[in-house]
Amino acid sequence: MRKISNLILQRLALGFVTLFLVSLVIFLAAELLPGDIAEAMLGQSATPETLASLRLELGLDQPAYIRYVHWLGGALTGDFGKSLATGRPISELLHPQLENTFFLATYSIVLAVPLAIGLGVLTALLRNTLPDRLLNGVALTAISFPEFFVAYILICVLAQTGIFPSMTRLTPGGGLGGFLYSAFLPALTLTMVVTAHMMRMTRAAIINLLALPYIEMARLKGMPSLRIIVIHALPNALAPIITVVAINIAYLITGVVIVEVVFVYPGLGQLMVDSVSRRDMPVVQSIALIFAATYVLINLLADVLSILTNPRLLHTK
Amino acid sequence: MTPVMFLTWGALAIVLGTIAGWSFRWILSRCTTGYVRIAVRQAPVAASFGMLIILLYVGVAILAPLIAPFAEREVVADQFMPWSATNLLGTDNLGRDMFTRLIYGARNTVGIAFAVTVIAFVIGSTFGLLAATVGGWADQLSSRLVDVMMAIPALIFSLLLLTIFGTSIISLVLVIAVIDSTRVFRVARAVAQTIVTMDFVEAARLRGETLFRLVFREVLPNALAPLIAEFGLRFCFVFLSISALSFLGVGIQPPMADWGSMVRDNAALITFGDLTPLLPAGAIALLAVAVNFVVDWFLHIASGLQE
Repeated sequence: MRKISNLILQRLALGFVTLFLVSLVIFLAAELLPGDIAEAMLGQSATPETLASLRLELGLDQPAYIRYVHWLGGALTGDFGKSLATGRPISELLHPQLENTFFLATYSIVLAVPLAIGLGVLTALLRNTLPDRLLNGVALTAISFPEFFVAYILICVLAQTGIFPSMTRLTPGGGLGGFLYSAFLPALTLTMVVTAHMMRMTRAAIINLLALPYIEMARLKGMPSLRIIVIHALPNALAPIITVVAINIAYLITGVVIVEVVFVYPGLGQLMVDSVSRRDMPVVQSIALIFAATYVLINLLADVLSILTNPRLLHTK
Repeated sequence: MTPVMFLTWGALAIVLGTIAGWSFRWILSRCTTGYVRIAVRQAPVAASFGMLIILLYVGVAILAPLIAPFAEREVVADQFMPWSATNLLGTDNLGRDMFTRLIYGARNTVGIAFAVTVIAFVIGSTFGLLAATVGGWADQLSSRLVDVMMAIPALIFSLLLLTIFGTSIISLVLVIAVIDSTRVFRVARAVAQTIVTMDFVEAARLRGETLFRLVFREVLPNALAPLIAEFGLRFCFVFLSISALSFLGVGIQPPMADWGSMVRDNAALITFGDLTPLLPAGAIALLAVAVNFVVDWFLHIASGLQE
C-alpha cells in the first residue's frame, strides 16, 4: 500500500505544479498585449496623466510578479478583479453563470457516461457483426460533426415540433424538474458529441484485453461471453475507461461554449464569448482560469482513480 | 421536420453515399495500375466515398469563381429570400446569394484550415523530431512546456489569445497554428523516440552526420506514415475549431464568405422551419467525416493490419 500512496502523492504534486504553471501562462498572456490594460481601457481618450492615474488605480505600476501574486491570491479567494467593459466586479458576473454551466455539464455527464460505457460493452460483445459496424460508423460520423450542427439538427427535429424549447430560459422557481426539461436539448447535444468518443474508446479498450491469455482461459472454461466481459475484462479496462471519460470532459468544456451560444444558455461559455468580442481581458482570463483549472483537476482525479482501480497495483505484496 | 422524416433522410444519405463510394472506387480501379490499384480495390466503401468528397471540395474551392453565379460579396436581392431560380438557395441576412457564398466558403474555410495545418505541422514536427533526436534537457524543457500548454483546453486557449491579438485572419491563423503545433509536437516526438534508438541512427551519429541531416534524412523519412495520418486528423481538428470560432463570431470575419459565420448569421431562419442555414454546417460536417474516413483507412494500411 505504501507504493500506491507514494504514486498518488507524486501525481498530486505534479498536478498542482501544472495548475500553477497554467495560471502563470494565462496571466502572462495578458502581458503580450501591445501596451497594457490601461491603454486598452482608455483607448483614444488617453492622455499621459489619465493613463498614469489609471495605472496607479489598477496597480499596473507594480512589477509583473507582484501583480501575479495579487491576481492569483484574489482568484483563490473568489475576487477576480473588475471587468473592463462594465466596471463591475467579475465575481458578480460569474455568480449565476458558473452554477448554470456546472449543472449543464453534470447533466450531460450523467446522461453520457452510462450510455457510452453500455454501448461500448455492447459493441465489444457484438464485435465485427452488422450492428457493431453500423454503430461504429454512426459514432465515427458523429465525432466529425461540429457541435452546432448537432445542436441545430436537434432543434429542427425536437424543438420544431414543440416538444422541447429551443432557447433555454432558466426560471429561478422552476425547480429541478423545470431545469432538467428546459436544459434537455443543450444537454442532449453535449451527450451526443461526447458519447461517440467514449463509446469507441471503451470498445477499443475492451477488445484489446480480449486478446489476452486469461480471457482465452475463461472462454475455454465455457464461460458465457457477457460474463467474460463484465466480470473479467471490465475491471481491467477501468483504468483506460476512466482516462477516456476524463479526456471527454475536455471536449465537454469546448462543447459547452458552443452549445451555450446556440441555445442562448446563460452560462460561462456565453459570457466568455461575449467578453472576447468586447476584448474584456480580465473576464476572459478569469473564465479561462476556471475552465483550465477544472480540466487539470479532472485529469488529476482520473489519474488518481486509475491508479486506485488498477488491480495489479492494489494486490501487490 | 419530424423525427421519422429525419431518419428517412439519414437512411437515404447512407444509401446514396454507399452508391457514390462504390462507383468512385470502381472508376478509380479502372484508372490505376500496380500497387495503387490493389490498394484501391481493397479500400472500404467509406474511404472511397471520403476521397470522392475531398476531391469534390478541392475542385469547388479551385473553380469557385467559375461555378458561382454571383460575386462573393455582391448584394443581389432582398434579405432572407426563399429558394428561387435566380438565387438557388435564397439569400442571406444581407441579401447576398447563399449558393455563391457556400461555394466561396469552400475556398476560404478549407483554404485557411489547410494553411493553418501546414504551419502547425512545420512547427510541431520540426521541434518534435529535434527534441527526440537531441534528447537531454532540451527535450525535457520543450516537452514540459508543451505539457503545460496542452493542459489548457484548445478552444479556451485560442479564445484567450484571440482576445489579446484581435480577430484578424493573420492572428487567427497563427494562434490556431501555434496551439495545434503542440499536439503535433507530442506525436512527432513519440514517433521519433522509437526511431532514434534504432541502429541505423546510431550508425549515422557515429558517422558524424550533422543534426540537420539526422533529423531530416534519417528520422523524418521513417516517421512519415504516422505523420501523414496525423496530418489528416489535425486538419479535421483545425477545420472544426476554425468553424467553431467563426460560428462564435471571433474567427473568420465578414465580409469574407465562411461556413461557420454563415450558420451564425442565418441561424434565425431555423426557428422558422427553413433549413438553409444547416447547409453550411452540413458542408463542414461532410468534409470532416470524409477526411476521417480516409484517415481511418490510411491508418489501417500503414499499421499493416489485416482482418
